Parts: sequence; C-alpha cells; structure tokens
Amino acid sequence: MSLVELKNIRRVYRSAGGVEVQAVKGIDLVIEAGEFVAIMGPSGSGKSTTMNTLGCLDRPTSGSYLLDGQEVARMNRDEWARIRNQKLGFVFQGFNLLARTTALENVELPLLYQGVKSTKERKERALEALASVGLAERSHHVPSQMSGGEQQRVAIARALVTRPVLILADEPTGNLDTKTSDEVMELFESLHQQGQTIVLVTHEPDVALKCRRVILFRDGLIIGDGDPGEVLGTIAKGVIS
Amino acid sequence: MSPILTFRIALKALTANKLRTLLTMLGIIIGVGAVIAMLSIGSGARYMVEQRIQSLGTNAVFIWPGHRRGRNRGADGNEARLTVEDWQALEKLPEVAAAAPIVPTGGEIVYGNANWSCTIYGTTPVYIYQKDWPVASGRLFNDREIQSADNVAVIGEQVRKELFGSADPVGETIRIKNRPYKVIGLMTEMGVSGYGNKDNTVFVPYTTLMKKLQRTEYLRFLSLSAHSREEVKRLEKVAVDFLNQRHNIEDPDNGGFGAFNQAEATEAADKSTAIFTMLLGGIASISLVVGGIGIMNIMLVSVTERTREIGIRMAVGARGRDILAQFLVEAMVLSLLGGAAGILLGSGLARIIASFAGWPPIVSAGSVALAFGTSAGIGIFFGFYPAYAASKLDPIEALRHE
Repeated sequence: MSLVELKNIRRVYRSAGGVEVQAVKGIDLVIEAGEFVAIMGPSGSGKSTTMNTLGCLDRPTSGSYLLDGQEVARMNRDEWARIRNQKLGFVFQGFNLLARTTALENVELPLLYQGVKSTKERKERALEALASVGLAERSHHVPSQMSGGEQQRVAIARALVTRPVLILADEPTGNLDTKTSDEVMELFESLHQQGQTIVLVTHEPDVALKCRRVILFRDGLIIGDGDPGEVLGTIAKGVIS
Repeated sequence: MSPILTFRIALKALTANKLRTLLTMLGIIIGVGAVIAMLSIGSGARYMVEQRIQSLGTNAVFIWPGHRRGRNRGADGNEARLTVEDWQALEKLPEVAAAAPIVPTGGEIVYGNANWSCTIYGTTPVYIYQKDWPVASGRLFNDREIQSADNVAVIGEQVRKELFGSADPVGETIRIKNRPYKVIGLMTEMGVSGYGNKDNTVFVPYTTLMKKLQRTEYLRFLSLSAHSREEVKRLEKVAVDFLNQRHNIEDPDNGGFGAFNQAEATEAADKSTAIFTMLLGGIASISLVVGGIGIMNIMLVSVTERTREIGIRMAVGARGRDILAQFLVEAMVLSLLGGAAGILLGSGLARIIASFAGWPPIVSAGSVALAFGTSAGIGIFFGFYPAYAASKLDPIEALRHE
C-alpha cells in the first residue's frame, strides 16, 4: 500500500462570471512512504491545487485520494482538520509563524489542537523538534528576532512535532537566499535520510535537483515524472526547442 | 482543545494589543458602571422614601373632618367637626390600637431676647409614640398635666437651636402668646422630611392648646394606629364610617370625614421609586448595549486582521469549533473583565453619590449579578457573529491573506 494514491483527480473552479476553469484535469499520482518529491511547473499548471488537495485544504471536484490507506477526499472539514493535525505537516514559503509568539509556542501549536493536555509533554516534544532543526537554544525568541532561515526551521519543527506521515512544503526556499536555502534543503535531506516522506513545490531547479523525484505539471496535467536530472533535462530541451 | 488552553490563547491575544483591549473594555466598563451606579441611586432613593414614610408611622391612619370630593369642593358651612368625644369613642373600637388628637397652630416662641416662629401641636404623648420619635432629654407631658391643661412644652431640635443654642432647654421657661411655658422635654433631631420640618415643632397638651392658645372646642385631626399594617385599610373604613354615622352625615363626600393612611402612601412611593429605578437602569443599559457593539466591532476587526493567523491554526489542525471557541472566549474575557472593572467603578460611584445624597451606598448582590450576567451575555451575543465568521474561513484563502 502506498502512502499517497491520487486517482483521476479533477478540480474545476467556477469564476464569478460563471466561467469554468479546469485547474487539474484528472491526474493519477502515487507516492510511496519515504519518498522525497519535488513538484514543478509554471504558475497555473495545477501544482498548487494538487498540493492543496494533498494537504486536505481543497476538495477535488472528483476523484479519489487515499492517504495512509484512508479515503480522505470526501471527508468533512472537521475530519480534515484532524488529518492535517495528525498525519500532515505544512511548511510555507512565507513561514507563517504566529507573530509575538515564541518559537517554542509556535511549535507547540499543533500539539494543542491534538489535545495533548500535559504542558510538560508538549514542551518536551516541542523542544525535541526544535533541537532536531538545530534551534533548541532559540526556543524563547519570537519570529521578529530571527532570520528567515531560522524562522523556516521553526516552521519545519512545527511540521515535525506531530510526527506526521507526510510533510508538504510549498516553495519552502522561495523567500530565502542561496545560503539559507541550502541549509533548509540539507535539513530536508537529513529528514529524508531518517525516512520522512516529503513533498515540496519549487520553481528552482537547484532545489528540485536535491530531491529524489520530480513531478512536472503543465496545464493541469502531469507531463513528466521521474529522476530529477531526466525531468529537468526535458524542461531544458523544451525551452531550447 | 481544553477550555483552559482556549482561555490562555484568548488571554494571549488580548494582551498582545493592550491599548485596543483596554479601549474596547472601556465601553463595557462604563456601561456596567453606569448600571450599578444607577441601580444604587434607585435603591438609595427608595431607602430615603421608606425611611421618611416610616417616620410617619406605617400603621397610622389620619382622620380629618370636612372632607370634600369632586363637585363638592368649597366649604358651605355644614361640614362635620371633630370633637374630643369623637376621639374617645373611636378609641374604644377594637380595630383601634391607639388614637391621638391633633390640634395645630402657628406661633411665636420667645426666650429672653430671642424669638422664633414654629408649628405648635396640641396632642398627647400617644401621637409621638406612633411616630416612634424618641425624647432626647427630659420627658413628655403626663396625664395629670393634660387633665389640668398645664403650661408645659416639649420642643424640637431646631427650636432649641434657635432659642437656646447648644444649651439644654429642659427646665427653662419660654413664652408663647405672652404666657410662660415650662420646657419639660427636648425631641431628638428628625431632619427635614417630605412632610415638613419636624424639628421646627413644639408639642403642648391638646387641652392647653384648645383652652389657652386657640380657644377652640374642636380637634383638627385624629391620628389612629391599626394593630398591624395589613389592618390599616380596614381601620380607615371602620373609623370613617363610625364618625360619619355618629355625625349623621348623609353624603360622606360632601363635608364628611376623610382619611389618609401611610401604608398606601408607602406603596405608592415604592411604586414610583421602582419606576424611577427602572428608568435609570434602562438608560444605563443603553450604554451597555453600545459597549457590546464596541466589542463586536473590535472582534470583527480582529478577525479580519488575524485572518492569516486563523489560516495557520487551521492548517495545523484547528477545527472550526476551536476557532469559534477561541474568538468567543476572547469576546467573553473582554466583556467579563470589563464587567468586573465596571462593578468596581459603579460601586465607587455609588459610594461617592451616596455620600453627597446622604443615603447608605446600597450595591445589592442582585445588581452585581445582573451586571455580570449581562456583560457575559453581551460577550456571547456580540462575540458570536465575528467568531462564527472566523470559524467559517477557508484555510487556503486565510493563508493567502496579507
């Protein structure tokens, strides 16, 4: 059984004028546990919609989504919240940490919604997650006191703290310079080494090359899937021809 | 999520923007403070009115002759007159607990070089007992002095002040209409009441007043008391009927006997102060509603401002109801803290007003509970819509919000 199985996922948006736009036109996608996948594609290609589907944030118009053996596409909002809380971890381009809230409290947040009652347990687990991203000593800093790279690592710690089966990162290096971007990718690489399944969206070939598999989207369809070098090669060829 | 954690999150959000939290609470503080202060003014006023009426004797019935009603206004010379015999006959009725005659007159009191005008009542000590009015020094006149119409007087506090200063008047001699009267007693101070200044009074035996001061054969009023407050109304009817019959009055509304009882006056006064209290409370409640709208306004702003935060919370697993609870608790904490501060403010105001008005600062547990309950209710009522709107946000949209 695969970790993620998307079958014939379609997503149709209806604009205010009544015009239908097909963002995703029936894709099939299988991701095994432990994979490190990059999703690429131009804007409007359907990659964000697919990420939102994977993240239980957006309901596909049709199709089936099996996550960890569970059909989640037809679940209600509350069930989705529980899936996001227990099985998924999110990392965003803009970090999305709570302002005026310490790193520790930010990392504790998913545990609060999980209903972990013991303050001690929450604190210990949050510290452990912060330590795994190398920020244990900065646990009492608030986001405004941290660099972008540090903020993103706090966000990764927040995604890790619930020990999710899948981490979804939406352009995690998009707001970072090359050096911190490399640091974040090294962190993802080490998580991958520990067996963590990671799916990230990126525009940058450098970032995609560090993953084990690249899926290429265009016009709501998957047009390339495989080894990063090969898939990026087809992009390069497409650009030349 | 557990209620304690929800509460802590709400508290954190509120302390993050202290000035705004304080300003929002101010609406509720003023509203609750106003309600508490106004209700306290109502209670104080009611207390004063009741005190005043009680000083007249709540079991008392006042009887007078020459009662006219409707088109019978204006004396035509054929009205009944109240006699000492009427009083003595009434006193024997089983419904009457006590009865006192009253003959008032005005007069000038002279002591040494000082003189002072006041009301002189000819009566018996029973009248003073009915009013529950204690003697400050000396004594009231006795039966023997009444019988022989002695020149003795009991004076009120203001008369003492005007004629004797702070000296003890008992044993001194004053002059009323050029006759000497021995001061045998001094009444305690009653203060100014709705029915005239009681301290500006001199009491003499009714016999003395009728024979020497006014030369009249008739009494002006009778002050009766019933056995209990419940029997006051019956006594009023029995006494009036008895007197009308005794004097062969055909038309009681035309020169018959009239009556007035304190119990009814008390009820009427209670009713009017209750309306007064409601009016004040009502006006104050308007400010409470305005405060509530202030909370709603700020909560709506807060939800918009924190859309991204809501998105983050949803992404990490907050359910709609968690978000709803968070914002609802925030609104309630706002209004309850405001309510608590308002109760303090209102109690302080009540104390200040009471010290000016001279009544005890009454802040009843009921009004505090009402204010607290109302502010909690306002928190829920005005906080619900913004919280509901927050809980229904789409996490994707919310995360995109700048």
